[in-house]
Amino acid sequence: MTLAELEFQLKKTGIFLQTGSFITHLQTSIPGVAEGIGLLYADYPLLEQTDFTDFHVSLAYPRTLRRWFKPQVLFLFDGKPPFKPLPLDQAFPMFEWGLNWCVSSHANHCLIIHAAVVEKGGYAAILPAPPGSGKSTLCAALVNRGWRLLSDELALVRVSDGLIIPLPRPVSLKNASIDVIRHYEPEATLSRRISDTMKGTVAHMKVPADSIARAAETARPAWVIFPKYQAGAATRLEALPRARAFMRVADNAFNYSLLGVRGFETMAGLIDASLCYDFTYSVLDEAIETFAELKPPVSLM
Amino acid sequence: MTPPLVLQAFRQPGALTALSLADWDLLLRQARRSNLLARLYALLDERGLLEQVPQKPRQHLEWAHAIADRHLQAVQREVGLIRKAVAKAGVPVILLKGAAYAMAKLPPAQGRIFSDIDIMVPKESINAVEAALMLHGWAATHHDSYDQRYYRTWMHELPPMRHVKRSTVIDVHHAILPETASIRPDPGKLRAAACLLEGYDDLRVFAPVDLVLHSATHLFHDGELENGLRDLVDIDGLLRHFGRLPTFWPELVGRAQELELTRPLFYALRYAAQMLHTPIPPETMEAAGAGRPGWPVMTLMDGLFGRALLPDHPSCSGSLTGTARWMLYVRANWLRMPPLLLARHLFHKAFISPKAE
Repeated sequence: MTLAELEFQLKKTGIFLQTGSFITHLQTSIPGVAEGIGLLYADYPLLEQTDFTDFHVSLAYPRTLRRWFKPQVLFLFDGKPPFKPLPLDQAFPMFEWGLNWCVSSHANHCLIIHAAVVEKGGYAAILPAPPGSGKSTLCAALVNRGWRLLSDELALVRVSDGLIIPLPRPVSLKNASIDVIRHYEPEATLSRRISDTMKGTVAHMKVPADSIARAAETARPAWVIFPKYQAGAATRLEALPRARAFMRVADNAFNYSLLGVRGFETMAGLIDASLCYDFTYSVLDEAIETFAELKPPVSLM
Repeated sequence: MTPPLVLQAFRQPGALTALSLADWDLLLRQARRSNLLARLYALLDERGLLEQVPQKPRQHLEWAHAIADRHLQAVQREVGLIRKAVAKAGVPVILLKGAAYAMAKLPPAQGRIFSDIDIMVPKESINAVEAALMLHGWAATHHDSYDQRYYRTWMHELPPMRHVKRSTVIDVHHAILPETASIRPDPGKLRAAACLLEGYDDLRVFAPVDLVLHSATHLFHDGELENGLRDLVDIDGLLRHFGRLPTFWPELVGRAQELELTRPLFYALRYAAQMLHTPIPPETMEAAGAGRPGWPVMTLMDGLFGRALLPDHPSCSGSLTGTARWMLYVRANWLRMPPLLLARHLFHKAFISPKAE
């Protein structure tokens, strides 16, 4: 499909995108969105027509006079905006953020943690972290060095069996980490930089095709690692007491208290099954080496 | 025109198992917009039909149920804290609306998400209750002196109070309609008939007929129609539930006359029967006709409520829906205050309040 065809379809009927286990219907006439979708979602299954859609979303111009001098974009969830509008230039990042919201505010069959998840050999490493800790940078580097991307933003731990459900979507890079990844992996596909967003300058990295193809394969949690980028610091992996790890993961969860007892049990299962670490790094290659040497917990082997 | 799927669902829950996936898609969108998703879950759960719902839509219903379930627990906890706070004031407390449904385990409680807890106390005790709540961490939300006067002089409640730590909101009422409204049901009569909540000796809810009348008043006299269909489904649930009591139907219309609420009751019965096929005895329907407006108003109201009570979703909206909602909004304010006072209030809100911010 050419960019013009995509733009036309987005405008007319919209497209049905399958990301992980969710189907999203996206409709928009805003031009920049097609560019982002065409670049970053080219490898995803595009459904011709589907009977059931999880999230009906659209990006539109707010109906105000600002349209003519300082145009904005609204993210609409089935016709209603959950957030305030943003400058028009941020339409594509807003789609990404909006889709995160769709999942994090609905998918209550999972314990949802604000974390990146990568997998190797069936074992998943969960990287929960507040913004600015270098979580996405590390995640982007790992998926360019043989790890499979399960998710960059939302770790979905299924309540019924404690397994992690993949939701591979473009990796969100901010500010300096955009150039870091560009140099680290010149082959990586990055979207156009958008500056002055609420998160600073952002760009999204395309997910490796293999991660998208394997989006139905769940993974067992094996490590919970809190990354922290610190300029000039030596690479350091330190074991973290489980009780502390529990509280810190709970702080990063979207629906821990909403799930009540089931949230507690799922979290306890996750922490019990995992080795927990604090991880400080400044050099990506050394970080990758450390991850390559991670041993799965004995009980899982 | 076939009625929207969400209406069909509440009329005949059994027929839901025959829906196609595309129908489920649309039904869930209509129900979500009307805040009825978790209610739909409860409807299917009661009848043991959940298993027959296809996996994807069932998952959406379960998502909504998880939120509603948590909400119910939060309400129970909050009511416990409110009870503790006002215990020393020694004032009889009546729970209203959502909190009443939740604590009395009435059908509308299932899956009803609401942000405020409403209670009613005698007008002469309202200052004591306010003081007791303030002592336990609730603080006034409307600091503007005009807003304070608006509530305290003209309304039937204190300005909403928010708990400083938990951010929960409580509305303390002394009546069910504003002091300025054209009809003013006697709060004394409502309090006298209120029943103790099972398992408590200090919390009450309205008697069954009064619960229905309050719900009808809220929707058809006072209310905003944001949750119009949800509120009508509440009334439908209450009527089906209490309709089994031998005294309920014979008392209903007489009580409405006593409380000057025959008009809202008439509308409630009419639209519940029309839209949700609520079973109502013909003799009650006939007696409730005492509250029927003259034909020009009736025709207009059928046109307005027939549109505005549908989900606020593109699949249920026609070209006149927006106008209908707007006209009913104007009507609700009109019924709230005499015209001159209303004009003054709107003038203040439009031109003076924004400047003060």
